[in-house]
Amino acid sequence: MSVIPFMAATDTARALPGDDIPWLQARRESGRSRFDKLGIPTPKLENWKFTRLRPLDNTQYTPATDKDGQVEISKIPSIGNTQARLVFVNGRLRDDLSDVSDLPTGVRFGSIDAALKSDADWVQEHLGKVADDADEAMVSLNEAMLDSGFVLHVPKGVVLTRPLEVIYIGGLTDGAVAYFPRNLIAIEEGAQATLFKHHEGRGVGEYFANAVTEVSVAQGAIFKHYKVQAESLYATHVTTLYADVGRDATYESFNLSIGGLLSRSDLKINLSGQGAHAAVNGAYLMRGKEHCDNTSLIDMSVPNTTCKQVYKGVLDDESRAVFQGKIHVARDAQKADGRMLCKTLLLTNDAEIDVKPELEIYADDVQCAHGATTGQLDKTALFYLRSRGIPEALARNMLVQSFIGDALLEITDETVRSALSDRIVRWLPAHCYLAEEWKEIA
Amino acid sequence: MLEIKDLHASVGGTEILKGLTLTIEPGEVHAIMGPNGSGKSTLSYVLAGRDGYEVTGGRIIYEGEDLTDLDPEERAAKGVFLAFQYPVEIPGVPNSTFLKESVNAVRRYNGEDELDAIKFMKMLRGKTKELGMSDDMLKRAVNVGFSGGEKKRNEVLQMAVLEPKLAILDETDSGLDIDALKIVADGVNALRSPERSSLVITHYQRLLDYIVPDKVHVLAHGKIQRTGGKELALELEKNGYADFVGEAA
Repeated sequence: MSVIPFMAATDTARALPGDDIPWLQARRESGRSRFDKLGIPTPKLENWKFTRLRPLDNTQYTPATDKDGQVEISKIPSIGNTQARLVFVNGRLRDDLSDVSDLPTGVRFGSIDAALKSDADWVQEHLGKVADDADEAMVSLNEAMLDSGFVLHVPKGVVLTRPLEVIYIGGLTDGAVAYFPRNLIAIEEGAQATLFKHHEGRGVGEYFANAVTEVSVAQGAIFKHYKVQAESLYATHVTTLYADVGRDATYESFNLSIGGLLSRSDLKINLSGQGAHAAVNGAYLMRGKEHCDNTSLIDMSVPNTTCKQVYKGVLDDESRAVFQGKIHVARDAQKADGRMLCKTLLLTNDAEIDVKPELEIYADDVQCAHGATTGQLDKTALFYLRSRGIPEALARNMLVQSFIGDALLEITDETVRSALSDRIVRWLPAHCYLAEEWKEIA
Repeated sequence: MLEIKDLHASVGGTEILKGLTLTIEPGEVHAIMGPNGSGKSTLSYVLAGRDGYEVTGGRIIYEGEDLTDLDPEERAAKGVFLAFQYPVEIPGVPNSTFLKESVNAVRRYNGEDELDAIKFMKMLRGKTKELGMSDDMLKRAVNVGFSGGEKKRNEVLQMAVLEPKLAILDETDSGLDIDALKIVADGVNALRSPERSSLVITHYQRLLDYIVPDKVHVLAHGKIQRTGGKELALELEKNGYADFVGEAA
C-alpha cells in the first residue's frame, strides 16, 4: 500500500471505521489506486486552474487521532433551537458534546462509524451512490482515507421542523493533522429537513480537511443545507458535495465563507427528476491572504427543472476568490430555467477575483442566464453616508452589508438568514458600532 | 455662520470655483442661482467635503472654524447638512437604520448619549408625521424604489432628524411637482430659526416662492457675479442668465 505523498507515515496503524468490512476495504483500495494515478490536482486541470493546493506540497500532515479529538472545548457555536447536533473536534466525533436524544423515530443522525456498526447495509447502499465519480482526485483521496463523517437519513414523509446542526471545530492540535469525513444524507420521499454546518477554526494547529458529502433528495422532498466556513488561517478546507435532486424535490444551499487560508467548495448537483429545483447560493468575505474557491456544476438533465445561483463576494487586502459556475442543460431537458449570478466587491487594488460563469445548453427550449460583475465600493454612496455624520469605517461596513444583503435574501429560512447576517456583521471591522437591527437587514 | 473667502476649488485638475466670496449670517436663508456649469454643485460638494473636490485657495469659515481639512462626517457632526440633488440608493439598508446610525454617530461625536431604539423611533415617527410621510418609507431600503418626490422628501426627513445649523440644498427642487415642492419647502421653513441658516442652490426661481430668501446670489464662471434681495430671482426668471454668461467670457 503506497503512502499518500503529503501524509507522514504513522508509527502505529490506526483503526479506521469499518476496517473489518470487506466492501469498504475494497472501496478504500480503489480510492487509493485512483488517487495514486490522479495525484493532487494542479492548475493544469481546467477545474483547478485558479487554485493550487500549495499547503499539501510543503506540509507533512498526520491523520487526526482520537486523542486529537479530546481537547477541551469552551464554546460551541449554534444557531439555537436545534433538533439535534453532532460535534466534531479536530476531525473526531465527540459524543459528549453531541446531542441526538430528541430525534423523531426512524431518523438516523449520527457518526458514520456508528452507522457502519449498526447499519452497514445502509451505508453500503449510499456510499458512492451519488458521488459516483472516478475522476476526482480529492474524492478518491477521501475514499481511500475515510476516517469520520456523519449520516443523516430522514424517512419518507418525516418533516423535521427544527434544524439539525453539525459543528466542526479544528486547529486545536500541536502538529499538522488531516481528516477525511464522508457524509451521507438521504432525504426520502416527501420528507423535509434543514441542516446547518459550522466549520470553525480555533488555535494555531495546521489542518487539512478533505470532506465529501453525498445528498439525495427524493421525490417531493425539501432539503435546506447551510454552511458557515469560518476556518482558521492554518486551515486548508476542501469539500466536494454531490446532490441528486429528484422529481419535484428542492435542494437549497447557502455557503458562507469567512475564513480559511485556503478553501475550495466543489458542488455537483444533478436535477434528475422533472420539477426538481435547486437554489445554490453563497457569499464569501475574505481578507489577508485568504483564498476561497467556489466551483459548481448544476446538471439539468431532465425537462422542467429550475435552478438559481446567487454568489456575492467581498475581498479585502490581498485576498483572492474564484468562482467557477457551470449550468449544463441536457439535450432533452426542455423548459429548463437556470439563472446564475456572481458579483464581487474588491475593497483594495491587491484583491483578486477570477470568475468563470458558464452555460452549456443542448436543449432548444430553455430560459437560462448568467452574469458576473466585479466592482469597488460606490464612492458617491460612501460620501452620502459620511455626509450624514456616519464615520468612514462604519459607512464602508454598511455598504458591504448592503452589497451582501441580496444574496442573503435568497435564504428561505429566517433564523438561518439572521444567523448568517450576524456572522457577516462580526466579520466586518469595527462592528461594535452597528445597530442591532442589522440582523434583520435581509 | 458661514464665511467663504476667495474660494478656489478644482475637480480633476480643472478649476471650477475661481474666487468665490459669500457670507451668511445666523438665521439667514441665501439662494444661489446660476446657469448650468457655473459651479453650483461643486460649491455644495466642497462645503460638504466630498473627496476629489480640492480646495486650492481661500477659506471656508463655519462658526469660526476652517472647514477645509475636516472629513465629511465631522462637518455633518458640526451641523453642516447637504441635501443631495440625486439622493443615493442603498439596497438592503432600512431607512430607519440609516437614520439611526446617522443620528447616533452625530450624537457620539458631540459627546451626547446615543438614542436607544425606542426613543429614536418615537422621535422619528414625530418627524415623519410632521412631514406627512408614511412609516412604510422608514422600513424600505434607503431610497430604493422611491419616486423622485419621495427621495427629496427623504432628504428633508434626514434634515429634520439631524437639525443642522447650516443646511445646503443642492437643486432640491429639480424634478419635483408642485405638491412635493411645497413639502420640501415646508420642511426647510420649519427649521428656520435665528440660529440656523440655509443655502438654497437652484436653477429656477420657483422654489423661492416657497422658501423666501434673504439674499440671492448669481453664480457664474465660478464666482458670485451679483447679489441682491429676493427680487433678483424674479429678474433672473424674466431675463435669464444671458447677461452673466456673457460677462466673464
